[in-house]
Amino acid sequence: MSKQTQILKILEKNARATIEEIAVLAGITYDEAAAIISEMEDRKIIFGYKALIDWDKTEEENVSAFIELKVRPQLGDGFDSVAKKIMYEYPNVKSISLMSGGFDLLVEIDGNNMKDVALFVAEHLSPMDCILSTTTHFVLRRYKKDGIILEDKSKDERRMTL
Amino acid sequence: MSNSFNPDKFLSPVVKDIPPSGIRKFFDIVNQIEGAISLGVGEPDFATPWHIRTAAVEALKQGHTYYTSNWGLIELRKAIADNVHKKYGVEYNPEDEILVTVGGSEAVDICIRALVGPGDEVLLPEPAFVCYKPCVEMSRGKVITITTKMEDNFKLTKEALLEKITDKTKLLVLSYPNNPTGAIMTYEDLKEIYEVIKDRDIMVLSDEIYDELNYSGKSASIIQFPGMKDRTIVVNGFSKAYAMTGWRLGYAYGNSEIMSMLTKIHQYAIMSSPTISQYAAIEAVKYGDEDIVKMREEYNMRRRYLVHELNEMGLECFEPLGAFYVFPSIKSTGMTSEQFCEELLKDQKLALVPGNAFGESGEGHVRISYAYSLENLKIALGRIKAFLEKIRKD
Ligand SMILES: Cc1ncc(COP(=O)(O)O)c(C=O)c1O
Repeated sequence: MSKQTQILKILEKNARATIEEIAVLAGITYDEAAAIISEMEDRKIIFGYKALIDWDKTEEENVSAFIELKVRPQLGDGFDSVAKKIMYEYPNVKSISLMSGGFDLLVEIDGNNMKDVALFVAEHLSPMDCILSTTTHFVLRRYKKDGIILEDKSKDERRMTL
Repeated sequence: MSNSFNPDKFLSPVVKDIPPSGIRKFFDIVNQIEGAISLGVGEPDFATPWHIRTAAVEALKQGHTYYTSNWGLIELRKAIADNVHKKYGVEYNPEDEILVTVGGSEAVDICIRALVGPGDEVLLPEPAFVCYKPCVEMSRGKVITITTKMEDNFKLTKEALLEKITDKTKLLVLSYPNNPTGAIMTYEDLKEIYEVIKDRDIMVLSDEIYDELNYSGKSASIIQFPGMKDRTIVVNGFSKAYAMTGWRLGYAYGNSEIMSMLTKIHQYAIMSSPTISQYAAIEAVKYGDEDIVKMREEYNMRRRYLVHELNEMGLECFEPLGAFYVFPSIKSTGMTSEQFCEELLKDQKLALVPGNAFGESGEGHVRISYAYSLENLKIALGRIKAFLEKIRKD
């Protein structure tokens, strides 16, 4: 594994790891680690650092939904212009991806409640000319997110056997 | 018949004389202390990889619930033979040179029982894992300790070996990568040992259970040297490499005549190793290489972190290149290993294993296992640091 990949894996698990720590874990010097990280930041391989939040545990009212969109591709640029329009126009859109398979774009959005989200789809997405159909899926429960198992209750059952 | 039953008088003196395990003694206390954490255990923190568990479930569903051949499933022995050949370029016949056992533990036991008789001398480099000595004593053999030292990175040296070899030496135990020190023997290190033993009538028991957890990038085995295939019994297993401790599966390989004697003992004492575990192990050997790499990389990061932090704290720590243990010196504190561990447990509720549990030469050291997540290691190191600050102030 390259040092670059190794550092990415460390940061993927803990974005707050310091450069000193990263250097020790990867077995390189402080300066080497600092250089690799800043290069990856410049190249936008690392494009942000953020906290992983389980919003369900907060007081905030919050729902998430995945919306499948079937889209009529546009002459010349396929799905890009539709994706960009949705992405720039609506800040509540958390992610948007072009998919293979039974539909085209997958849009992830957050809202205060189900009605909010349903209205957003009805008022903003469905009416767009090139959108042929929408299917909205609400997230009921998250078991694992960003590689982390939520509500992991397994405890260390190892003992000294010898 | 007398009413007062005296169990003591029925016990074999050989068994009675064997002291209880020094690791164990200490840890019976740990479970009773609220909030105590431990860096004591000697097994991976990872669960067995999912595809290996699935293979076991499939085997169960298909009704593979019978004994296997005494030697173990031939498909598993073939896979082991392929793997050994791939790693060390030495060929073993799966028919009569490889035996599947109940953990490396059984393999060590029956190997010693098959080879060691009354009065035979067994050379044991220490600090060492705790099972060899009692096994030799139960065979009424004599353990001759060879002390390995931190300044030699706890490797066995030619000089130390020559000092202890006699006409009665029957067996040399090589246990590298080593528990508890984390020491490894490179090809060049082993060559020196080979030069000493090649013209002498000595067998080798090579416990290579940690061979996949070698961070130097290259594993070596004594079997790679001319003539050593016949004179070595290798012990290995699935516990450490594939995180399969609970499956109780290991193996031994060596000269067919000797292996058939090991198998005779195995046949009478065990019959055959657990069948479902053997099916899981086939999947592990054939398709588990990537899992090993992933786990090894994770261990390696923790290893670097521990060595760095311990040295920063002033607990001198040579760089261990194998297994999942570091073995820092605590001599600078002026305490014995046991005092250090007892006080640390009392004061900071952190349990480590005192080095003297692995032989007298482990005195002045403690064993720290890094089969724990980085988060846990950080918490534990914080406690060691707090402890050191406190005793250095006093
Ligand atoms: C050096 C060494 N050999 C053998 C074993 C036995 O392992 P198992 O019986 O689980 O294969 C261990 C376990 O801790 C060990 O550390």
